[in-house]
Amino acid sequence: MVEGIIGKKIGMTQTFDEAGNVIPVTVIQAGPCAVIQKKAAEKDGYAAVQLCFVEETPAKHPNKPTLGHFKASEIPPTRMLREFRFDGSAEIKPGDTFSVDIFQPGEMVSVTGTSKGKGFAGVVKRWGFHGGNKTHGSMFHRAPGSIGASAYPSHVMKGKKMPGHMGSERKTVKNLRVVETDKEKNLLVLKGAVPGAKGGYLLIRKTGFEILPAIQKINEAQSAIEQKEE
Amino acid sequence: MNLIDKVEEKQLKQDIESFNIGDAVKVHVVIREGDKERIQVFRGDVIARKGSGSRESFTVRKLSFGVGVERVFPLHSKMIRKIEVVRRGKVRRAKLYYLRSLRGKAARIKEAR
Repeated sequence: MVEGIIGKKIGMTQTFDEAGNVIPVTVIQAGPCAVIQKKAAEKDGYAAVQLCFVEETPAKHPNKPTLGHFKASEIPPTRMLREFRFDGSAEIKPGDTFSVDIFQPGEMVSVTGTSKGKGFAGVVKRWGFHGGNKTHGSMFHRAPGSIGASAYPSHVMKGKKMPGHMGSERKTVKNLRVVETDKEKNLLVLKGAVPGAKGGYLLIRKTGFEILPAIQKINEAQSAIEQKEE
Repeated sequence: MNLIDKVEEKQLKQDIESFNIGDAVKVHVVIREGDKERIQVFRGDVIARKGSGSRESFTVRKLSFGVGVERVFPLHSKMIRKIEVVRRGKVRRAKLYYLRSLRGKAARIKEAR
């Protein structure tokens, strides 16, 4: 099976679980994703598939090389094109589509996206420095403080946390649980937040199943064995 | 249709009795004690309704032994078995937070006719 899929963040809301607890969820439009190119271990050195995120609006001004690249799949050029690992268990060809049904509720996924841009941020916001007192005669508020001592080491250490541009970078959130999937509308509902703004593109990858049910299964198996012994 | 609404749709309760801000209500809440369940009734005035879709919640205020107690309930929660309207109130605000600073006779709500 394919390892992941491309999606688009729709927004957040909340749902109730079986016990009646409120859980915060993110709604993602996951797929449909069409195969554009297949990469084989013999030819390319690794096995993967190149997927495109099929949207209502195709790419506005595709150039000739792009058109050529999409030609085999017979799909109008899209804006988003990414590669995912593929174990080669099933026979696929360009033009085949994957949708949200590769995920099951209870599965864990990790989501990669571009975080919201925060602009030029100071050290308090960017690195969580504590800053100084606002009052009580303090003349030190949100400044970074000393960035290097005097005679030794007499220079600023590399990688020193300083003010600068924050956000708009590639971020991955690992192990989010799939709450539900909607095959008809291609919706994926995950517990928790994902990087980026609404409408942002996301890469959703499988990371296995939650440990808890697994432990439960082991316990069940053990108790079954114990019963047999009795 | 908005895709968020699509997700929330399944969570919505269809059989909610309509009630308004200022109404006196009895809320039947499920209380879990270990693996036992029982229903507790919380009676008071609705002082606010907030949010929409599956996120909608309402606040009920009552006086318990002279102390004001407020509880916020998610409207579509399974833990709420029933909402009974005891008395319809007549109010001119959507949020009755001013009741918090009033005591006794002044904190009454007029009945709607």
